[in-house]
Amino acid sequence: MSEEIYGMVASFKDTPSLYHAAEKVRDAGFKHWDTYSSFPIHGMPEAQGQARSKVPIFTFAGGLTGLTLGTTMVWYMNAFDYPLIVGGYPFFSPVFPFPVMYELTILLAAFGTLGGMFIMNLLPQHYNSLFNCAKFLEVSDNRLMIAIEAKDGQYDPIATKQFLESIGGFDIEEVKA
Amino acid sequence: MSSDTTNCSIDSAQQALLDKVAPATLKEQELVTNNRDFSWVTNKICKIVESNTPNWWWVCMTVALLTASFTLMGLIWLVSTGVGVWGLANPINWGWAIVNFVFWIGIGHAGTLISAILCLLKQGWRTSINRAAEAMTIFAVVCAGIFPLFHVGRVWFAWWLFPLPNANLIWPQFRSPLEWDVFAVSTYGTVSVLFWYMGMIPDLGILRDRAVQRLTAGIYEETSKLRASMARIADVFRKYFYGVLAMGWRNAGNHWRNYEMAYLLLAGLSTPLVLSVHTIVSFDFAVAVLPGWHTTIFPPYFVAGAIFSGFGMVLTLMLPLRALYGLHDLITQRHIDNMCKICLGTGSIVGYAYIMEFFIAWYGANPYESFAFINRAFGQYSWAYYIMFSCNVFTPQLFWFKSVRENASLVWIMSILINVGMWFERFVITVTSLANDFLPSSWGYYSPTIVDVFTFAGTFGLFSTLFLMFLRFLPLMPIGEIKFVMPQADPHGHHEDGKESH
Repeated sequence: MSEEIYGMVASFKDTPSLYHAAEKVRDAGFKHWDTYSSFPIHGMPEAQGQARSKVPIFTFAGGLTGLTLGTTMVWYMNAFDYPLIVGGYPFFSPVFPFPVMYELTILLAAFGTLGGMFIMNLLPQHYNSLFNCAKFLEVSDNRLMIAIEAKDGQYDPIATKQFLESIGGFDIEEVKA
Repeated sequence: MSSDTTNCSIDSAQQALLDKVAPATLKEQELVTNNRDFSWVTNKICKIVESNTPNWWWVCMTVALLTASFTLMGLIWLVSTGVGVWGLANPINWGWAIVNFVFWIGIGHAGTLISAILCLLKQGWRTSINRAAEAMTIFAVVCAGIFPLFHVGRVWFAWWLFPLPNANLIWPQFRSPLEWDVFAVSTYGTVSVLFWYMGMIPDLGILRDRAVQRLTAGIYEETSKLRASMARIADVFRKYFYGVLAMGWRNAGNHWRNYEMAYLLLAGLSTPLVLSVHTIVSFDFAVAVLPGWHTTIFPPYFVAGAIFSGFGMVLTLMLPLRALYGLHDLITQRHIDNMCKICLGTGSIVGYAYIMEFFIAWYGANPYESFAFINRAFGQYSWAYYIMFSCNVFTPQLFWFKSVRENASLVWIMSILINVGMWFERFVITVTSLANDFLPSSWGYYSPTIVDVFTFAGTFGLFSTLFLMFLRFLPLMPIGEIKFVMPQADPHGHHEDGKESH
């Protein structure tokens, strides 16, 4: 088990190099790989060939739940379970509970967004093999990296290394699982 | 592709014209000055948390805790005796408690404005101030929440505000703006915490990785063995503390893709939220039929005032921090200029609202309404009205001048005046309309008691305590976002060896 390999990492000297290298890795047809940088890079999802993020689906689901919850809650409490007579107002109308419906929509949509971000990123994650690599920790500072995982069908210890070198990578090393 | 692609479409005649016009190249002032690199930014921000606690921090913390104990004392006194220890006297049933509540909630609004609205408007300068401003929002909401919570009288029944089943089988009454406030403020507090936390995840990951790197290297160059082992223990703590909070974030392109989308969505959700919160707070007044409160101008006027006071507080906090931590390359003159200009803009809106209220009171031809306003300006509380008017309307007008904006100490003093003025605005609104109501026989002069004063003064200590804890344990600025606005982060920019990209 000790010889199991997670994948291969390569560093790149600046943001444009990383960006163009990512385009080349995408065009070479790799599937299980990612770029690593301590800041978001404009246009990187396209360069990596990634689709639009699915987080908005979670936001929408959260918001819809909040709106429904707010509406039914006010109706149930003030019109159904214990009708309250206040100032001759109707027991229920979409107008007066609007602030409550509105705030609950935003509240649950925000929870949906944060939850969606975690779900789509598969976080929280207790362990990842990349943290075994000392150079990978430098990504937090200024290092820019690409990691190709061994589970990718095209992964080959020698050919992948040559490929990463050809696209401008340096400090190439294999990371143990 | 080469850099001359843009010139291809220009023919010789156009080129000759272009030479004659000699267009000026307008250079925008950089957001991170002195050509700093990524490492410098990372180190600068992380060192605030990682280096030894500075002496001024201990001094400030001691003062802050002592001040905060005033609130605790005031509240113990209140709960053990009753709401009568406050200066409230019928018909003035809303005194300092509501004034303080609106004041603190308003302060919070600048944080959300910076993190949400300026994000949607793609204002790059928000990056170095947004984290601290969001922290300010959360701590301000905490301070604000204390007042209505204890104003209910029997604080142990405060949970009746929430739609929870209770022994009386009665639910909250949703037609009341006060109930809307419960939802608005609790949603605001919660969403602000979520937004703040999500923005912090990448930076918490950076602090975690740095602690691990130091522990692996094992080099602690401290003066004594004890200090070295203390530094080691601190790093072990950091490894787990930031490790748990960072949730396994590893700076992957895929992480950033979802993070950026989530950030944009939270900004989009917080923008209507922040506008709705102070609108609903203003409904507490505007839905009542009292002269001076019952006006439709209240929602926009309250929101502008909230942003005005919030930016005042951001300036009050950030200017000393900038000097203490030497953050001049990150919080540049451009940042201060922009904040001053927002104060100028919102301050002018507030001034317009003051004048428009007066105009409508006259134009509306309602004798009660016009009395309320004449009484505000010339009645028993006119001193408060003049403090409010001069601090809020005249002070920010000085921000028209560049020399004023460049004078950090003057800006700092003005930022405090803004908040003094905004507190008095809420005082004027709340108290003048209540003290002289429809029945002259019940008119009176409201004064706070010592308990009122203690409880309010202490909240500044509570706010400072929380803010100092934030400075010490959490990243002050979003490192990734600052790097994002630096020229080195542009994937289409200059290569480091000077070669042009497409």
